Amino acid sequence: MTTATQTSVTTQVYRVYIKATSEAIWDAITDPEWTQRYGFGGRVEYDLRPGGAYRVPTTDEMKKAGAKMGFETPDIMIDGEVIEADPPHKLVQTWRMLMDPETTAEGFTRLTYEIVEGKGGVSKLTLIHDVEGAPKVAALSSGQMEDVGAGGGWSWVLSDLKSLLETGHVLQS
Amino acid sequence: MTDDDHVFRALADPTRRFLLDLLYERDGRTLTQLESELEMTRFGVMKHLRVLEDAGLVVTRRSGREKLHFLNPVPIRLIHDRWIDKYTERRVSALVELKHELEKEDTA
Repeated sequence: MTTATQTSVTTQVYRVYIKATSEAIWDAITDPEWTQRYGFGGRVEYDLRPGGAYRVPTTDEMKKAGAKMGFETPDIMIDGEVIEADPPHKLVQTWRMLMDPETTAEGFTRLTYEIVEGKGGVSKLTLIHDVEGAPKVAALSSGQMEDVGAGGGWSWVLSDLKSLLETGHVLQS
Repeated sequence: MTDDDHVFRALADPTRRFLLDLLYERDGRTLTQLESELEMTRFGVMKHLRVLEDAGLVVTRRSGREKLHFLNPVPIRLIHDRWIDKYTERRVSALVELKHELEKEDTA
């Protein structure tokens, strides 16, 4: 078995086709007015240049949910750094989940968004999450922790994003 | 055919479901690796992978000289969210709660 294949085991690939322009999808990923409306919500803060900061402050909803389950939530739920920003085509960044001590300890993972506009106003969004050395993040991202209330991972986030861009509504929770 | 038709058609075949199971166990495999798990010609496996790719259930990416196959769970999630979630989740959760309630009374 080659090394390339072994490393690829820790890569997750998600793809969704959305009837929207690549600009609309780029905005939905990078603009807090959009990001607060789908998935986990939260108003992202992006400094869209190499080395720029990425942060998602913890939402009130998350704080309440945390308090209910008896743990204190940090002020920032996700952080990272922008590696490459080529709007509206490609965004590469690091990503660390701070809501959980174990995912925090696993450190920064690598996230790549690729947007390709195709025919008929339909764009292809591919999300690649390199979760090498981060099994807890891998479980979270692939939705294995959905039944404990941690959300359905990237599939759920992308399905919600598609719904929002195509219909103006998110999925009912 | 609609996107959903492609997904259902792709899932309707046991060999293709087996290929998805293989990728679920270990993602990012080459054609040669997938082929070694099946009693089938390389051409046959390629044909099945093509159907899965057309349905969006498999996404390929290049890594050096290798073409790696990844399981893309999003199309199945979309079907889940559109039909199962919207129409049945409330009913199902009500039934699950009822079951829990009844079982609690049984043991009480």
